[in-house]
Amino acid sequence: MAVLETTARDQRAAGEATRRRKNARRTTNPYSPAHRGDAKLAWVLIAPALVGFAVFAAYPTLRGIYLSFTDFAVLSPPEWIGLDNYRQLLHDEVFWSSLGVTVYFVLLSVTLSLIVSVVTAAVLHRLTSSTVVRGLIILPFLISAVVAGTVWWWMLDSQLGIVNIVIKAFGGDGIQFLTSRDWAIPSVALINVWKQMGYTSIIIFAGLQTIPPTIYEAGRVDGASELRMFRTLTLPLLRPILALVVVLNVIGAFQVFDIISVTTKGGPANASNVLQMYIYSKAFGQFDFGYAAAMSLALFVILIAITFLQMRLLRASESDTN
Amino acid sequence: MTATATRRRRFSVGKGFAWAYLIGVLVVTIFPFYWILRTALSDNYALSAHPASPLPVGFTWGPFKRVLGLATTQESIAEGGSGASIEIGHFLVNSVVYASVSTALIVFFSTLAAYAFSRLHWRGRDFMFSLFLTALMVPGILTLLPNFVLVKELGLLNTFAGMILPGALFSAFNIFFLRQFMLGLSTETEEAALLDGAGRLRVLFGITLPMSSGPIITLSILGFIGMWNDYFWPLLVTSDDSVQPLTLALAVFKQSSPQSQPDWAGLMAATLVAALPMLALFMVFGRRIVNSIGFSGIK
Repeated sequence: MAVLETTARDQRAAGEATRRRKNARRTTNPYSPAHRGDAKLAWVLIAPALVGFAVFAAYPTLRGIYLSFTDFAVLSPPEWIGLDNYRQLLHDEVFWSSLGVTVYFVLLSVTLSLIVSVVTAAVLHRLTSSTVVRGLIILPFLISAVVAGTVWWWMLDSQLGIVNIVIKAFGGDGIQFLTSRDWAIPSVALINVWKQMGYTSIIIFAGLQTIPPTIYEAGRVDGASELRMFRTLTLPLLRPILALVVVLNVIGAFQVFDIISVTTKGGPANASNVLQMYIYSKAFGQFDFGYAAAMSLALFVILIAITFLQMRLLRASESDTN
Repeated sequence: MTATATRRRRFSVGKGFAWAYLIGVLVVTIFPFYWILRTALSDNYALSAHPASPLPVGFTWGPFKRVLGLATTQESIAEGGSGASIEIGHFLVNSVVYASVSTALIVFFSTLAAYAFSRLHWRGRDFMFSLFLTALMVPGILTLLPNFVLVKELGLLNTFAGMILPGALFSAFNIFFLRQFMLGLSTETEEAALLDGAGRLRVLFGITLPMSSGPIITLSILGFIGMWNDYFWPLLVTSDDSVQPLTLALAVFKQSSPQSQPDWAGLMAATLVAALPMLALFMVFGRRIVNSIGFSGIK
């Protein structure tokens, strides 16, 4: 999981790496005596990683693609059925509703998380550099989604949950947060934002710290207001970090599972049955691994497409200044 | 004069709003943690009578006793529990083994590979590096199911080896992150040592590795947090509580709670128990964790 959450970060720096590598090659002679015997040692050093890559990354990927064309229930060997799984996918209403539910969750969760995180990071940057405050903000990131989900399941309970009690105290009607069709996904998205917001804020905060203060002094001399400077200086300069954060959040949100599995379990009536939940229940509830593999591949294609689209739209590699 | 004064006042009003916002965010962030504690120290029956009380109601250690298995089944049921408990010590050990062994191995192997990619000159280096980076594009969901099948075929279900091995050898991100750092590091000391006749391995472990301790610690902390909180992979490959980590134990405990009338106090006690090790780690390494997260975004 951790690996894929970092896609964007690496793409961003990859270009820089190539550049640096070329410079290195120009200055060092690979056949100099100092590098004699390098090759042998290099292969020894990367051997564990290479085995891990081949056995637990490359092979499962290819095998996942293969399995998506088979009927496979784990206990008996897979049986080739061509495109049947994909045909089934096209007509599977639950799949399409899952996809819809997932996209709805991603949009809600990422938008909200981004707004709150950017504002929080900017406020932190302006007000305090206290590590204690940043530490407190990051607390939800340290606990597991299972813990977070369980706590909010309690706090959002329709009868005894403190949130509903407060709402009722202010004269509102109680809300069936996790048990009604309309509220299930927004509630889960809120829990997710609560859990991720601190992490995202700290990354954006770190980005803000790299902006030289002289830029703001110049803006202030020109008489620009705080809000105006935020819009015309801070946001454009933050673009690369924001692009990274959005891509990471989107990829993570598309694979949401833990919180849902301890709160709504995909219910009520599939209202929060996100893709990963559906894939899991197909594979481990009905042992339809072939079909689950086909859905995984579909999710993979969607993620790749979205990542490329986002990187292009956000022009991640450049900030507005150049 | 007046213009400056007005601006300053408007500015401080803005600052007031900013503080109010920040305090609001902090309250929302911290409150659930307090609510866990408050509920865990309450009595279930008193809870349903006074659900809004800001302090524990009917103060009791009962929920913790139930969760830790110190109460008898009858006592537990009488207090609104289910009789289920979490053998905390046992699951704690499982989590520590899973998280620390995974993290130590992956960071170590990534450091070795990063050294080969940043310091050694060998044919195929650039190709291998690009090949490794392609793994970043593949999301977990695509490899998780086949990896489960593989672990099952290897007969490693319900073993630490099966839980740890798939993630212990190769991490494209770790290798990339460390390689970037090493490329930016001055090689003067290393070259001097090589000229003095030190072997490559000696340079790697004696010079490069200590000089890279910053990013190594960052990756270790982030890796450990991720592994400690991991739920999906252990859920796939373990069904036996001899190897299950704490996250799974909490989920199982939650399922055993009656759905109609959950044992809220017991559940919150269990939640606290599950979150406590991470919170303790935070008390000790808070600053380091915060800096690591910032660092990982910038690099």
